[in-house]
Amino acid sequence: MDGANLTMPLLSVQRLTKRYGPRIGCAEVAFDLWPGEVLGIVGESGSGKSTLLSCLAGLQRPDEGAILWEGRDVLGFSEAERRRLLRGDWAYVHQNPRDGLRMGVSAGGNVGERLMAVGQRHYGAIRDTATDWLGRVEIAAERIDDRPSAFSGGMQQRLQIARNLVTGPRLVFMDEPTGGLDVSVQARLLDLLRGLVRDLGLSVVIVTHDLAVVRLLADRLMVMKSGHVVETGLTDQVLDDPQHAYTQLLVSSVLQV
Amino acid sequence: MYVAVKGGERAIDAAHAWLAEERRGDPAIPELTVAQIREQMALAVNRVMAEGSLYDPDLAALAIKQARGDLIEAVFLIRAYRTTLPRFGASRPVDTAAMAVDRRVSATFKDLPGGQVLGPTFDYTHRLLDFALMAESEVPPAPTAAAAAEPVPHVTGLLDRDGLIEAEPPGEDAPADLTRTPLELPADRALRLQALTRGDEGFVLSLAYSTQRGYGRTHAFVGELRIGRVAVEVELPELGFAVEIGEVELTECETVNQFKGSKTEPPQFTRGYGLVMGQSERKAISMSLVDRALRWQELGEDFTGAPAQDQEFVLSHCDNVQATGFLEHIKLPHYVDFQSELELVRRLRAEATALREAAE
Amino acid sequence: MSAPRTPSRAMPPQDRAARPGNRPDRKGTAVSDYNFAYLDEQTKRMIRRALLKALAVPGYQVPFASREMPMPYGWGTGGVQVTAACLTPGDRLKVIDQGADDTTNAVSIRRFFQRTAGVAVTERTADATVIQTRHRIPEQPLTEAQILVYQVPIPEPLRFLEPRETETRKMHELEEYGLMHVKLYEDIARHGEIATSYAYPVKVEGRYVMDPSPIPKFDNPKLADNPAIQLFGAGRESRIYAVPPYSQVVSLDFEDHPFVASKADHDCDLCGASESYLDEVITDDRGSRMFVCSDTDFCNARQAAGHRGRLSAQEVA
Repeated sequence: MDGANLTMPLLSVQRLTKRYGPRIGCAEVAFDLWPGEVLGIVGESGSGKSTLLSCLAGLQRPDEGAILWEGRDVLGFSEAERRRLLRGDWAYVHQNPRDGLRMGVSAGGNVGERLMAVGQRHYGAIRDTATDWLGRVEIAAERIDDRPSAFSGGMQQRLQIARNLVTGPRLVFMDEPTGGLDVSVQARLLDLLRGLVRDLGLSVVIVTHDLAVVRLLADRLMVMKSGHVVETGLTDQVLDDPQHAYTQLLVSSVLQV
Repeated sequence: MYVAVKGGERAIDAAHAWLAEERRGDPAIPELTVAQIREQMALAVNRVMAEGSLYDPDLAALAIKQARGDLIEAVFLIRAYRTTLPRFGASRPVDTAAMAVDRRVSATFKDLPGGQVLGPTFDYTHRLLDFALMAESEVPPAPTAAAAAEPVPHVTGLLDRDGLIEAEPPGEDAPADLTRTPLELPADRALRLQALTRGDEGFVLSLAYSTQRGYGRTHAFVGELRIGRVAVEVELPELGFAVEIGEVELTECETVNQFKGSKTEPPQFTRGYGLVMGQSERKAISMSLVDRALRWQELGEDFTGAPAQDQEFVLSHCDNVQATGFLEHIKLPHYVDFQSELELVRRLRAEATALREAAE
Repeated sequence: MSAPRTPSRAMPPQDRAARPGNRPDRKGTAVSDYNFAYLDEQTKRMIRRALLKALAVPGYQVPFASREMPMPYGWGTGGVQVTAACLTPGDRLKVIDQGADDTTNAVSIRRFFQRTAGVAVTERTADATVIQTRHRIPEQPLTEAQILVYQVPIPEPLRFLEPRETETRKMHELEEYGLMHVKLYEDIARHGEIATSYAYPVKVEGRYVMDPSPIPKFDNPKLADNPAIQLFGAGRESRIYAVPPYSQVVSLDFEDHPFVASKADHDCDLCGASESYLDEVITDDRGSRMFVCSDTDFCNARQAAGHRGRLSAQEVA
């Protein structure tokens, strides 16, 4: 939480637009994210929420708009600055843990990589930190030298989270972190995530189609449809009293299930 | 014992002498002349010229003789020789539209201006061993016809007139020279074509074949394949015009490939291109397929992970002189490194054993 | 096709540096119709420019337009091109492979320069002005008057972690070397120590991570603070890099698992040296072996000075 500035948003997104040829990925998206805040972005598949997230995290370049990180436009960053951000203050949790882990490297190596990338050179200390983090994501310490390929899907996802959080990032992007997991495994992961977010005071942008996930994690919600933001507000407000017809549909369809 | 390592110098001399003897074979059999190889092993000569990047049938024939028929070794000899040649200048681009064709076939049109010319092809021979060749024999003269008076137009030019095929994208004025500047990736098309034309025929063939089997499929038709001689011209600044300094034989293949079109472009055909020195038909066709597969990015296609689409993979591995050298270098002594590994493995094993004993 | 040609056209070009009067000799005792040290002057200038750039940016891999040489790629073409660009007629050349002057490939390369450059050659490290080496650094400390040229098979230290050149160049550019340490971490986690025994990666002048070529890690400390110019040539991969004299060269490690330059725990059986890198030689099929210096010049010099090892008596007899 060092450097938290309560007069300036951590992340300020302005008129962000991404097109794929004539098709719109996302259009005119704008929001501010404040330190310690969790923003949920919901919508069906194809609503543009994943495009938005990958633009925010620098995985794709938007066509228009600005992304201000503590007041500086990330889009103007050099490749070196951008990568430094991605391995320091930012973290990205992929939907598929295989995209976010090195499958051929042990669990300890996966967690330790970011530490080594920022200059840690003490094997014992790196290993202790890795062990500690495995514990925090409920992976037994004796699995530290096993490769993720020997882990279950839920364990892989928890390992990915540990790998991302070990260097104390200030902003975490999460893309459907519970997608592809069994319902019981999802619940456990959500519980874990909620604890970590609260304990570490993380700022998070989380994309999901699952309203139960944002109900549990997000302070604020942004509802997207066809690339546009159709509704924003506090999570409880949006879910309990949806204003836009699409949000109403989304909420009611969940409730019926 | 240890002294056995000594004597490298003597061993090399003896090996070279033995090699020379083996190359000659049974002295009771007449020695091959370079001219015989040049005339009767012309396709081998062509391959060595193409992959050696040096158009000189006599030297290629000499290299084949010296290499005991090992064509990659012959390519290597030519390449090493080529390094020592001074460079006087660059010719003007050769004009394949003005080619005096020996062979010209199109798979896309039944008939077309200039006609289909089969030329000296194996295509419709039955692959039966001809035991008559075991004896020396006269070859009856082949029937001849008058040469075409007009230049033979390119098939893709006919398609181009109707806008059915992509316009040839304009390239850099002077393409970079692969043999004079280090290859840096990503490489533009001119550089890729240079690498492919001197690439190993077998490697390029297999890559092209893989695209046909679905690894980076390009739906290629041979729009045109032509083999013949073109004039090589150089500009002489003193004269202010170009002078013909000789002819080279080339094989050119242009494929016509499907393209679905995009939001901005209506559907039209796209091109793959192959140009190889000498009569090297298999290589030229292969090259045009691989060229087309490598163009996925500029044509807005998906990268499917196919090897033939991956320019870093293709360009880094197509050169047989590089490949064979590096492959074969593992037979050089590595005992220093091996010694290091030996000590490491012994140490690790000792530690593991100690740990196990301590545990018991 | 082309008209019959005169044999003279097929011969290599005469160059100003070629000495008149010498004709090519098929036995290969003098092939001086080639330019001095085989390469033409343009090519040598191109290589020298790359060498200067490499010295200016220590450890950085400079792309150069590698030429096809008359020995195979992977057999020292990079080192040969660098040596060719450095040699002057007054130089005295030493060529070693695995530390020895008379291994076949060392003999072959030495002969190549004897033929094409006519330079003096030596087996004595102290007498050489240019030393081309494969897999070793001589035991005897080098001087400011010497150039050590390494043959390099794979110049990219990150290659086996990341196969793509486009990506590894970016990793160097951005100094993203975390992955390199992940590999070392994995070694320790699995084996209890860093299980890299040769081509052990180093960081040069605090900036570029560099592959020191497949020298045993025993030799790594000699890279650092060395008075000689150290040049690295990778022909097939078209890369040149360099370590200028007296450079800082640090072998990558962890604070609590420091780099150790190890060797066989023996003395040389011929000269008794305890501080030199040793080859293990199997002497019969019952498991007997002896250990001898891999640096033959070092070993011979010690024996000439009267040093004796465990099996010296046998040798004398």
